[in-house]
Amino acid sequence: MTSPVLLAAPGWAPALGQPFFQHALVAGTGIAAAAGLVGYFLVLRAQVFTGDALSHVAFTGALAAFALGASLRIGLYGGCIAFALLLGVLGKRGRADDVVIGSVFSWILGLGAFFLTLYTTSRSAGNGNAGVGVLFGSIFGLSSGQALTAALVGAGICAAVLAVARPLLFASVDEAVAAARGVPVRVLGFVFLALVGACAAEATQAVGSLLILGLLAAPAGAAQRMTVRPFLALALSAGLAVAEMWAGLAMSYAVPKTPPSFGILAVATAVYGATFLRKPRGRRAAAAANAA
Amino acid sequence: MARQGTSPEPVSAAAPVVALQDVAVRVGGRTLWSGVDLRVGAGEFVAVLGPNGVGKSTLVKVLLGVQPAHEGRVRVLGGAPGRAGERVGYLPQRRSFDASLRMRGTDVVRLGWDGDRWGVPLPRSRARRAARKRIAEVIERVGAAGYAHRPIGQCSGGEQQRLLIAQALVRRPELLLLDEPLDSLDLPNQAAVASLIGRICREEGVTVVMVAHDVNPILSRLDRVVYLAEGGAVSGPPAEVITSETLTRLYRTPVEVLRTSDGRLVVVGQPEAPARHSDRHADRHTGRDGGPA
Ligand SMILES: Nc1ncnc2c1ncn2[C@@H]1O[C@H](COP(=O)(O)OP(=O)(O)OP(=O)(O)O)[C@@H](O)[C@H]1O
Ligand SMILES: [Mg+2]
Repeated sequence: MTSPVLLAAPGWAPALGQPFFQHALVAGTGIAAAAGLVGYFLVLRAQVFTGDALSHVAFTGALAAFALGASLRIGLYGGCIAFALLLGVLGKRGRADDVVIGSVFSWILGLGAFFLTLYTTSRSAGNGNAGVGVLFGSIFGLSSGQALTAALVGAGICAAVLAVARPLLFASVDEAVAAARGVPVRVLGFVFLALVGACAAEATQAVGSLLILGLLAAPAGAAQRMTVRPFLALALSAGLAVAEMWAGLAMSYAVPKTPPSFGILAVATAVYGATFLRKPRGRRAAAAANAA
Repeated sequence: MARQGTSPEPVSAAAPVVALQDVAVRVGGRTLWSGVDLRVGAGEFVAVLGPNGVGKSTLVKVLLGVQPAHEGRVRVLGGAPGRAGERVGYLPQRRSFDASLRMRGTDVVRLGWDGDRWGVPLPRSRARRAARKRIAEVIERVGAAGYAHRPIGQCSGGEQQRLLIAQALVRRPELLLLDEPLDSLDLPNQAAVASLIGRICREEGVTVVMVAHDVNPILSRLDRVVYLAEGGAVSGPPAEVITSETLTRLYRTPVEVLRTSDGRLVVVGQPEAPARHSDRHADRHTGRDGGPA
């Protein structure tokens, strides 16, 4: 079991004995690490909007699964990955195009609303909360099996991102030279989009489809502000996301009535905001060099 | 004066580094140039010249294997283009990094070293030390040590250009394809970078194919030039190709080449944008190098 120093603080200690909290911690760690790694490349490739669009697809996919009585996982992953690849096909060179995203964005959201209506009117009224659960996540309601699956999927996404990290970095900052050197730029673009889709589907369980973007963008944005070394920033992004996840879970446990999604994103946003308090590394070094 | 295409090929015993035979290229349904023959031997310095939009960058892409040739045979370093991997160094045209890109010049050079390998670099490995050494060396060589540790988005266009030349050089390529490397440089820097490229060509035996807009900064170092025109091309030693007669014949419009007292060449009357007569290309093998003139 994960036992971060952070959580060893007295106020949070009892939480570790609670199964629901343990499950949240296990699932949250996998989800956050995956979101941190994927988010770094989303920010680097200026594709954050793609992540946003996919979070809406996660909402629609989940509700479609509910409405049609299919498995939630199939709705989430199927919807997100298929849509991510579709964006790649419609865009150029395996990159989603902002205009394409903008055009289908609201349609997808409308489709989600349609499935929500279909679901709430066709089933018992007790399921009216499904939409809320999808929008804001339900990380404290995971069974041990669900938590383990989430952690494993997260680990799989992390492994995949690390396996393609170097050529993906090359293709992201220097596409023409990478392609000339034989890096499969287009294929990597699709692989990356599929990973973003999987990550959005995965993160929906934790923070909900409305807030995924925060988990994808905030730690990565903070990491990029903190260092100019690409692989250090990649590791930092994952590390920050995990730490923020833990802190957010602890916070929502310690402060009653704080939903975990709020806790996690409050911490993530605070950390991102804090990076503005200091000058970015590179500029400082340059200033020092100029002064010398 | 020299008839185009009859200049003797420099005899290189080994296979040529670049060999084009009767190559034509089509982009977007239009033939840019056709009937181009070119042989570049090891260690030669070749300039590719021609008006905007004639297809100079496209020629470089053909050599990289990114753009397929429509007709003819292309060989690069003894194989099909695109197969030579890190044996070819490439500097694309007019590339600049976003001002917000949080990555140092050294990181960009590093991508040229091992950016095509899978996985992530391992900290403290022997490979990493070797990479560091070579990267520092090549950055020193291009004179970019002063700003290689700054985020590259904050470097000036000329500084970025030098770092990108370092990136193209870092794997010690045998063939260097440079697409307008002097672009965005001021005159002293044009001279400095031109002499750097010339030195690399001479001292390290690297073959250089360089697209240029102005031939003067590199004129003294050139072994041959390729002049592209709609339809065809001429290639040969600069003294034979950059003449009023050759260029007039190539462009089918009066072109005058003047030589200033300090040895610079001024080309007057060269069409700036090619006429779009793609339907007529088939019967226009005007400047066919190697063919009967
Ligand atoms: N993907 C494409 N689709 C259609 N046309 C293209 C494409 N890429 C290039 N072209 C056209 O091919 C022609 C040659 O382009 P190229 O970039 O090779 O010119 P160039 O000689 O390098 O010009 P410059 O001096 O401006 O760099 C241009 O007319 C351009 O519009
Ligand atoms: Mg060009």
